[in-house]
Amino acid sequence: MEKKYTYTGHLSVENLACWRNEQVLFSDLSFSISPENILFLEGENGSGKTSLLRILCGFRLPDEGEINWENETAASVPEYFQNISYVGHKNGIKDELTVEENLNLMRSMATAEEIKTEDVLKQIGLFKKADVLSRQLSAGQKRKLALARLMMTNNSFWVLDEPFTSLDTASVRFFELLIKKHISRGGLLILTSHHDIDLSGLSVTHFNLSN
Amino acid sequence: MLTTWTQIFKRDLLIAFRRRSEVIHPLIFFVMVISLFPLAIGDDKVLLQKIAPAIIWVTALLATMLSLDNLFRSDFEDGSLEQMTLLKTPLSFLVTAKIIAHWFITGLPLILITPLLAVLLYLPGESISMLVLTLLLGTPTLSLIGAVGIALTVALRQGGVILSLLILPLYIPVLIFATLALQNTAQGFSAVAQLAMMLAILVLAITLSPFAIAAALKVSLN
Amino acid sequence: MGLFVLLFVGGLYSGLILAPIDYEQGEAYRIIFVHVPAAWMSLFIYMVMAVSGAIALIWRLKLAEIVMISSAPIGASFTFLALVTGSIWGKPMWNTWWVWDARLTSELLLLFLYFGVMALYNAIEDRRTAARAVAILALVGVVNIPIIHYSVEWWNTLHQGPTVTKFDKPSIHISMLIPLLIMAVAFKLFYIGSLFMRVRTELLAREQKSKWVTKLLESNH
Repeated sequence: MEKKYTYTGHLSVENLACWRNEQVLFSDLSFSISPENILFLEGENGSGKTSLLRILCGFRLPDEGEINWENETAASVPEYFQNISYVGHKNGIKDELTVEENLNLMRSMATAEEIKTEDVLKQIGLFKKADVLSRQLSAGQKRKLALARLMMTNNSFWVLDEPFTSLDTASVRFFELLIKKHISRGGLLILTSHHDIDLSGLSVTHFNLSN
Repeated sequence: MLTTWTQIFKRDLLIAFRRRSEVIHPLIFFVMVISLFPLAIGDDKVLLQKIAPAIIWVTALLATMLSLDNLFRSDFEDGSLEQMTLLKTPLSFLVTAKIIAHWFITGLPLILITPLLAVLLYLPGESISMLVLTLLLGTPTLSLIGAVGIALTVALRQGGVILSLLILPLYIPVLIFATLALQNTAQGFSAVAQLAMMLAILVLAITLSPFAIAAALKVSLN
Repeated sequence: MGLFVLLFVGGLYSGLILAPIDYEQGEAYRIIFVHVPAAWMSLFIYMVMAVSGAIALIWRLKLAEIVMISSAPIGASFTFLALVTGSIWGKPMWNTWWVWDARLTSELLLLFLYFGVMALYNAIEDRRTAARAVAILALVGVVNIPIIHYSVEWWNTLHQGPTVTKFDKPSIHISMLIPLLIMAVAFKLFYIGSLFMRVRTELLAREQKSKWVTKLLESNH
């Protein structure tokens, strides 16, 4: 049995709207996510999925509406943002650092998970590439490195935007297992993906933005 | 909180070390442009000595502006900046780590090489020490004010063009006080008042700009 | 707007006709009745811009954003006017169109600050993001304006020695003060009037898709 997250909560979004350059991307959006639940965002390209995820992480303020975490306005709860683990389109890794250096950096800035960089390297299959400059990795390897931050954190709210881009099947399976473990620990997940992901056995709500 | 600050500081120094050739550019610019003046004016000792502080300071301004681009661009483009906003440590505190690292990489070499260049312009000894002092007091301010500008423009395509328009007016007080201090020294007067003003501006910059920089970065992340 | 015209004419009249001839500078000095209020406005509008920017940042009021961004071109125009009239005033005295004295230099730097604000706003596509960026810039600028003023003053006096420039106002006679104040009020009304027109246009443009605007347009047909 996995150790439960010490800090988790309910997310609820009400009447959220987002405009870009005078175009309404979405409006009157409301949904909620509880612990041990997954919200699977769907919608056509340009329907605002990425913008929604970025608003949830605080990179962009909503143009209308509220985000509430544990019944309080999320913006007034610093722990809400610190509890987010985000992997977006960009990898968030430095090309000039080696694989191991990037992982060490992630670990030192993460919420102190007792996991060794060595173990992570082995699990994502980059142990032999530990001293390689990240610039020289393939797209799939870089993506694995980016996703590795999920293994080193105690954050219970995961926000993933197309996480499995460029990954091979074995790696996708590996991270599916990681997601399952995360959910069973009481975590929340909101994600978008064009890939087929096997989330069987988990409570998934599909939400289509193109309405 | 302090460990994250140190991590970012060391990380930036390490990255700069691995991109040595890029980091050298502003320094080369500095040396070359200053060398242009004797070539353009001729070996006029009196004239060169008189305008040397101005030449060195203006070129230091321009070199700093040039070097600012790599302060946030890389973190912005590879997603590291986004990750930094999700940490416990406030972004305004973290940016100081980046700026101090940046100053060590660009401002400090500038200051170290200045005495050499000052000699090329026939600047006498006391003036050289005053010059170094004004640069010590002034270049951190330039980095801090410049960081606000680059934080506002990092997401723009034509960022570099607008950057100069944004921060050169703000640089002018620093330039004025530095060159006044040097003029006074050249004429045998005390420059304490000007140096005090530069110190005051520096303190103001240190206290206020991190918040402006963090706010500007968050706007750029939009 | 009508009130502005009235006051502007009134101000011009009293400035040009009623005020006594300054024995040193002759008729030409009358341009200060445009120059000085214009310079006051250039600073005043920047303050308004910075304050509305702060309001826009803290409370995210759309109206504050629009007031801020609409004020910028007006403020820039006043700054430009102050520069031009200052230059015209100085020409008879110095025989050049420009002199690096403290006041003109400060106004020039203020003009650059305005240009920076307008350039930044135009460079960012999304209007709300642009407004937030500009608010930050305006606030940074407002902190710097006193520093710039002070440093330029210092720079000027130390470079030019103790000679008093002609811009330094001698003790102002009451009959000169009144036209100045009338012009100042006139300019303020102009600012408010044109600001109002701009804000209205901007609001309509931003909300063009919303219901109340479409109703407004329909009812006008």
